[in-house]
Order: sequence, then structure tokens, then C-alpha cells
Amino acid sequence: MDIAGKTEYQDRSAFRILKDKFAMITIVILSLLTASPIILIIYKLIVEGYRQISLRFIIENTPDTFAAMTAVASGEKIPGGIANGITGTLIMIVMAAVIAIPVGVMTGIYLYENQGKFLANLTRNISDILQGVPSIVLGLISYLWIVKHVTMGFSALAGSVSLSIMMLPMIVRSTEETLKMIPLTLKEAALALGTPYHKVILRVLIPTGFSGLLTGILLGISRILGETAPLMLTALGSNVINLNITEPTSAIPLLIWDFYNDPNMIDLIWSSSLLLMIMILLLNIVSRQIAAKRK
Amino acid sequence: MMANSDKITKIVLSLAAFLIMAVAGGMIYSLVEGSIPSFRVFGLNFIFSDQWDPTESKENYGALPFIAGTLMTSVAALIISLPLSFSTSLFLGEYFRGTRVARILSLLVDLLAGIPSIVYGLWGFYVLRPLLTDMGLPNQGYGVLTASLILAIMIIPYATSLSNEIIAMVPNDLKEAAYSLGATRLEVIQTVTVPSARSGIIAGYILAFGRALGETMAVTMLIGNSNVVPSGFFSTGNTMASVIANQFGEAEGLKLSSLIAIGLLLFLITGIVNGIGKLIIKKMTS
Repeated sequence: MDIAGKTEYQDRSAFRILKDKFAMITIVILSLLTASPIILIIYKLIVEGYRQISLRFIIENTPDTFAAMTAVASGEKIPGGIANGITGTLIMIVMAAVIAIPVGVMTGIYLYENQGKFLANLTRNISDILQGVPSIVLGLISYLWIVKHVTMGFSALAGSVSLSIMMLPMIVRSTEETLKMIPLTLKEAALALGTPYHKVILRVLIPTGFSGLLTGILLGISRILGETAPLMLTALGSNVINLNITEPTSAIPLLIWDFYNDPNMIDLIWSSSLLLMIMILLLNIVSRQIAAKRK
Repeated sequence: MMANSDKITKIVLSLAAFLIMAVAGGMIYSLVEGSIPSFRVFGLNFIFSDQWDPTESKENYGALPFIAGTLMTSVAALIISLPLSFSTSLFLGEYFRGTRVARILSLLVDLLAGIPSIVYGLWGFYVLRPLLTDMGLPNQGYGVLTASLILAIMIIPYATSLSNEIIAMVPNDLKEAAYSLGATRLEVIQTVTVPSARSGIIAGYILAFGRALGETMAVTMLIGNSNVVPSGFFSTGNTMASVIANQFGEAEGLKLSSLIAIGLLLFLITGIVNGIGKLIIKKMTS
């Protein structure tokens, strides 16, 4: 009995160790598999896209289909670039930031100052709900609000409104989280000196938490930079550089969508995507650096 | 006694918070108002009808094909991404916690979240789809499965970020107690780590599912865009988000209203799914 029990125990332990090893190897393999798509995607973008990228690509407007077709037929590079998309993206991102940052930062401060109160909790929950709303629904909303009633047509303004609603909850959250980490004594010291409340915010809270706020804002921008769906319903797109915010405007992701739908422009898809990816990666790296310095 | 300027500051801050509530309220109002014409014609049957017929004078719209497409792609994406993201969470939070390898892997996974949906779509279209066609997938590689595969990759960072943290937070005492009883690492994971991190892991997957429900561009480019209830994972279909993106351009009148109604349904479904996820997190932290 005793001996039988012992042998059974030894048998099982060898099996258990084997099982443990097997599980670990499986987990390592699956984890490496998880890391592979990002490498494959970036590889594809670089290999297919680097040839088209040049100064012309950044400063010229999109070519028409015919020009692209002749260039492809004679084996040349497609002329023109995506200047209209770059300017459109910049305009819409800046407008979205101008709308979202003040509202978001102020709401974040409101949540920080009113911890535990009913209205603050409600606002926080609603902001969380907004964060989960699919971007295409935000496009619909901005269409119903801005395209139909304000600019009476597709416009850069409508595009940036949908992007700003997308960005808002991220800024609210990062502001509140940042402020929570500032030592309370700092605020109390300022208040004890008789500093008015708005000066405490502007001179103490915001400067102390500045790098945290900036990280949140940059990550928010990197998130809306590649958004396509809401812009399809709001900004629509344009073949030339447009600086009037009440007119249809293009953006880099919108151009990628146009190129994707036009068989003559395929060569431009990858270079535009590469440029977009570089912008997003740079923003990510910068915000990571700022966040790392904070710690 | 509060100074006047302090009062003004407080009011301004509250106004910003109220603006967010007003935006959310206005969104619901506009979606409901915009979908009324459609619900007035089709009634609640709109949700259960599988018709999508834009022919003039006998227009007939129903949301069932798109609800089915959305649920099928998202559920499949979650199932496909489950082994990948769960392994990654264990890799980062348990096996190689704090090592350089883990930092690099975690960076790569984070970068997945930064890739725009349209770039995923391009990659799926030009790389994944031909591969699947070679493997014998019908419809030139378009369909629910192709869309789900790309969606699965897209939601990995959302599925892992929460569970990494929770798994790394499991107290060492608990694990060491199990080790001292002679448990192997796998047994510690099975009996200690996963049970004590369970609700956090589930919440992370629910939030990732919520992401998958609303993804638009990549799905639009890969699902095949046919307005029928998909008959299986190899057939083509359309999701709620992709039908809005596809049909919005030429839509007006009843069709536009029906698309807005689909937007409203999508808003409600993602809201409920995210709400459940947040509720689990809240219960866990309190």
C-alpha cells in the first residue's frame, strides 16, 4: 500500500513537470505569435511604401486618376502627393484639440475637486460611456449636428467635432489621474497664502501636472490621427488643399480610403499609410518619454 | 465667505462637466430623433427583419443581418484572440515579469493599439486575404472569418492591458504558499493566479469585445459587404458599423433614418457591454 502510493506519486510528478514545461513552451510560442502582426504590418508598410516618399509626396496634391494611370502604364512613379490630406489632418486635429482640451481639462479638475460627490460620479460614468462609443456613431452624431445644421454640408468643422468627442474622455481621465497624484500639501500651501482658486489651478495644479496632461493629450491625438470612419460621414474629402473649415476637406486616412478604392492609385496607399504610421509612432514615443521622465 | 472669483471658477468647472453630460444626452436625443421615421414605418420589427431592400417605393429595411454580422465577427474575434492574449498576459505578468523581453513584448502589444483601423484593413486585404484564399476560403477570401481574424489582432492590446496588471498584482504570498506545497508553476497559475485574477481578466475581455463591436474600417474592407444574415463563418456579411460606412454616402430619407437607427442600436449594445465590463472592474476594486 505504502509502496504503491509512493510509485504512483513519483509517476505523477514526472508527468506534472512535463505538463508544466509544455505549458510554458506553449505560452512562449503564443506570445511570440502575438507580437508578430505588428512586425509584419510595419515591415509591409516600409517595404511597399518607402519608394514613393519624397519631398514631392509631402508638398503636392493628389493626382487625378488619369495622371496616375499613365504613370503606372509607363512604369514611372505616380506623380503628386498627399499635401491636401496632410493639411486637412493638421487642421482637423488642431481644431479637435482646441475644442477638447479646455473642456476635458476643466472637467478633469472638476472631478478631482468633487471626489465622491453624486454629480462628479455621474460625470465620470458618462465620460466613460463616451469613451466606449464606436467612432462611426460619433461620425453620425457630428453629421446630424454640424453637417445638417451648422455648415449645411460636409466640412472640416464637422470632422473635428466628431474627433473632439472621441478625444474628450481620454483627456478627462488623464487629467483626473494626474491631479490625484499631486501632493495635497502643495495645493493647501497655495490656498493658505490666500491665493484665489483659479490661480491655484493655473499656477499650481496645471504646471505641476503639466507633463501628465501633455501625455494624455498626445496619446489622445495619436488615437484620432488615424480615424477614418467618422471623417467619411463628416469631412468627406477633397482633391485640393482646403483651408476653409466650412468646406469638405481631406485627411490622410481619407486619402488612403480613396486610393484603396481606385485601382490606379495603389502605389500611394502604402506610402500614405507609412507616413501616417510614422506620425503616430512619433507621438507615442514622445508621450512615452514624457511619461517616463515623470516617474 | 467665498470670494467672487472662486465662485466663478467653480461655476466654470461645473459648466465643463455639464457640457460633457449635455453632449452625451444630445447624442442619445439626436440618434433617437433621427431613427424615429424608420421605427415609425417598420416598428420594432426593424430589429428582427432580415430585409434590406432599397428599391424605390417598396423600401424595406431591417437590422437583423447587421446585428448578426456584428455579433458573429466580434464573438469569433474574441475566441480567436483569447489564447493569444491570455498567453501574452501570463508571459508579461507571470513568467517573465519585469524582464527586458517582457518590456519589449509589452511595447509591441501597445503599438498594436496605435495602428489605425484602415491600415489593419489594408494589411488584411493585401496580405491576409490572399493567404486565406490560397488555403481554400471561398468568396475571394472575403467574409466573417477574415474580418474576425483581423479584429482578433486589433483587440489584443485591449484584452491584455487590464489582465496583465491584475495578474502581476496577485500577491506573492499566495503563490509562494502554493509553491511550498510542491505545486509546479502551471499548477500555481491554475489554482492561485487565475482564480484570484479572474474577474479582472473577464472584465478586460468584455471591454475588448466592446471594442470589436464598433470597429468599422478594417471590417468594411474584409467582410464582403453583403446585406444578408451570414450563413456561416466562411460566408460574407456586413456589420452594423460597416453598413453605416458603406451605405451612408448615397443615403437619404428612410434609408438614412434606418442607418441612424442601426447607429442607435450599436450605441446601445456597446454601451451595455462596456457598462458590464466597468461594473465588474468597480466591484473588483471596491
